[in-house]
Amino acid sequence: MNEMDNKWIGKNTIRPDGADKVTGRAEYAADTIMPGMIWGKVLRSPHPHATIKSINTKKAEKLDGVFSVATSADCVDFPVDTPVILGIQDIRWMARNVLAKEKVLFHGHPIAAVAARTEEIAEKACELIEVDYDVHPWAIEIDDAIKPDAPILHDFIKFDGKPSNIVGTLEHKKGNIEEGFKDADIIIEKEFETAAVHQGYLETHACLVSVSPDDKTIIWSSSQGQFMVRAMTSFITGIPQSSIRAIPAEIGGGFGGKTIVYLEPVATILSKKSGRPVKMVMTREEVMRASGPTSGSKSKVKIGAKNDGKITAAQGTFYLQAGAFPGAPIRGAAGCCLAPYDIPNAHTFGYDVVSNRSKVAAYRAPGAPIGAYAVECVIDEVAEALKICPLEFRLKNAAKQGTKAVHGPTYPVMGYVETLEACLSHPHYKAPLKKLQGRGYASGFWFNAGGESSAQVNITEDGNVVVTTGHPDIGGSRASIANITAELLGIDVNRVSVLIGDTASIGFSNLTGGSRVLFASALVVTESTNQVIDILKDRASKIWNIDKEAIEWENGQARPAGDNAGKFKPLTLVELAEKATPTGGPIGAGHQVNTVGAEGGFATHICDVEVDIELGIARVIRYTAAQDVGKAIHPAYVEGQLQGGVVQGIGWALNEEYIYNKEGKLDNPGFLDYRIPVCSDLPMIDTILVEVPNPKHPQGVRGVGEVPIVPPLSAIANAIYNAIGTRFYSLPMSPPKILEKISD
Amino acid sequence: MAKIQVKTKINGEETEFLCQPYDTVLDVLRKDLNMTGTKEVCSTGDCGACSITMDGRLVCSCLVLAAETEDKNIETIEGMAKNGKFNVLQKTFLEHAALQCGICTPGMLVAAKSLLEKNTNPTETEIRYWLAGNLCRCTGYDKIVKAVQAAAEEIRENA
Repeated sequence: MNEMDNKWIGKNTIRPDGADKVTGRAEYAADTIMPGMIWGKVLRSPHPHATIKSINTKKAEKLDGVFSVATSADCVDFPVDTPVILGIQDIRWMARNVLAKEKVLFHGHPIAAVAARTEEIAEKACELIEVDYDVHPWAIEIDDAIKPDAPILHDFIKFDGKPSNIVGTLEHKKGNIEEGFKDADIIIEKEFETAAVHQGYLETHACLVSVSPDDKTIIWSSSQGQFMVRAMTSFITGIPQSSIRAIPAEIGGGFGGKTIVYLEPVATILSKKSGRPVKMVMTREEVMRASGPTSGSKSKVKIGAKNDGKITAAQGTFYLQAGAFPGAPIRGAAGCCLAPYDIPNAHTFGYDVVSNRSKVAAYRAPGAPIGAYAVECVIDEVAEALKICPLEFRLKNAAKQGTKAVHGPTYPVMGYVETLEACLSHPHYKAPLKKLQGRGYASGFWFNAGGESSAQVNITEDGNVVVTTGHPDIGGSRASIANITAELLGIDVNRVSVLIGDTASIGFSNLTGGSRVLFASALVVTESTNQVIDILKDRASKIWNIDKEAIEWENGQARPAGDNAGKFKPLTLVELAEKATPTGGPIGAGHQVNTVGAEGGFATHICDVEVDIELGIARVIRYTAAQDVGKAIHPAYVEGQLQGGVVQGIGWALNEEYIYNKEGKLDNPGFLDYRIPVCSDLPMIDTILVEVPNPKHPQGVRGVGEVPIVPPLSAIANAIYNAIGTRFYSLPMSPPKILEKISD
Repeated sequence: MAKIQVKTKINGEETEFLCQPYDTVLDVLRKDLNMTGTKEVCSTGDCGACSITMDGRLVCSCLVLAAETEDKNIETIEGMAKNGKFNVLQKTFLEHAALQCGICTPGMLVAAKSLLEKNTNPTETEIRYWLAGNLCRCTGYDKIVKAVQAAAEEIRENA
């Protein structure tokens, strides 16, 4: 299809869910109600690390207004030594994170839950539950968790033959690292650390669950995957998946943090035991204390280069916090960190470290910002030492089509170089700076993903279109799907309605995550729509009594082609729908497949900061993000992904951090003390959408959601150095840290 | 504890409800009146998602006790579209892609409307500081600020 012919792809249409969201009609999980509904609350651990000797719920059960109580004794028992893998999660850990079993492993770890007539009664009943603990020493920071006499969280997990809090490792190797460093004229090695940060989705976790006496279960919840909710709830409660209908409510932000369950299995148990629908809504404090942030980290990066600017070797070692259970995103750190570069000799290591913090969850390009932060800061130092412009230095070492990446693949068609060139030719690159202002650059990569996806495209009796997919829409995917369907059918986009099906109404579709949704769902929607067009041609062939092959579909009409051209008046979608019954019945088609062919995404960012040396505040005053987006199906929402990701990165770089006190408890579990960027902190975020279409996708789509959070951490660190001549090796670069360094 | 009877006006409609002395306006809106357009995000006045106006003043409904609304005029997101027609801000938010997940949107719209009622020609800085109490984690605020600017322009043109 000629680009100029596109009517809807590439257009900023109004999102199908927009009217509901600007009027308050959109239904999020906490907005749902059912007759007879009662409220569930969770009792949480007051200790960061303790063995549970006993739990006595008798007093709570007797309190007036209490309907049911749940503990891990009500869950399916998964022995600690046998993995139960579901996607990237292990149900052994998930079950114990939902309701603690042998031990509590962090302050705020759920122990029991109560369902009662009101939230207040449920809270009172939680206080009546008696738990006998054997309290243990705890470890919060990585250094404390990996020292020789550290308190061990899971003594059955061994590293180097001994019980350890290092619960997983990963490495990527290419070439000969020793030879590579021998060839270098200059070698720079630095150590870095980053604080744990929360996804900060505004909607707290919530669900409403109703279980019938024969276990038929309906779950309304806010998640990044209704099928994930169904599967995990099924595992933990023992109710078969066929009996569970998980309905995706609108989701008020996830960013990876809603790819696992916290409340749904608990509410299911409480509802099953009480016979009443149970609603549970976390408070902000519960979200901060007990839902997954992403890892804090410690890392070391060493890069060697020749005087001519070619990198000869690079090495990175990354220790990432997993929280209470294994599963730190070491693949994102060790796998993505060198991805933008063509480096002959490289070696990266990742270490998955458990400690007495809440279990980490995915956060936008999990692990990748941590890896890129260290690498991109050292790249900046090497470029400076070689007196080469940091963007030119990256260009000289840029990975291209055919480059063998350190993390394994040989790259196909990709647009990293184009992002560098776009930055070099952008006015921002040459704009003048004032005193105490500085400019920084950084690049970033994310794998992107495909995976299972299902779609159904149905023609209504009046000749309009309903598309159903199985992925919760967290960034505007419904708008993009509407654009694609309207384009393929040649009809007005307003005739296409796009819905997210529940687990009983659409085939299995994997999580909304990994920047996979539009890639995957566009593939299955395209295939389904093409099947529908084939059916429509078949119906026209029956009406005209000519071969189907002699009919073409154009501008929403079947028209006779070839020898028959002009013989019959074209039949519109509306006319064919009216004649559906006599020509063969309902018109619709579905497709479900494990999608493949997702290709990685690259970005390069330019950031200007101004540092107030009296207050220690670094303020971002200009920002430009260039990214290879493949093909922007709905450009405004693609820009929105870039802008949102950048600003989350700005928060990570400058302010956000989990602060623990001496008792092993989180000290800042709310938006007052955990400060995410606000409107007055920021400039406009400029975007450059570089379009190098993914050849393995019908519309050329690449995932776009995750890459933009990868470069900002180092772009800002490099900009602050450029402004005041001081390098920071620890995030966040918050006012106290900046003041301390300046006064040194 | 005896409940308090409160008579107030919500979006122009006379409304009566019973509440506990400790119930907030947000509690009553969401749990008793099923007006769930106003969102609960932090419950501590830090995020602005529950923004409403009370006698024309922008407030966090999680910080106002329900009993204090006696004889007041409350405006919520549910009252923003009139007679089935969007308010200009609702329209520009849609046109400028100023929302993603949408959970901050009701509060953001109520706050922005309150600004434009006072100032139809705010600078970018004035918009950014007025909305500094309304958190958004999806958009980076860029398109929200542009949507407010566009609405202000439209209001000025139609004045």
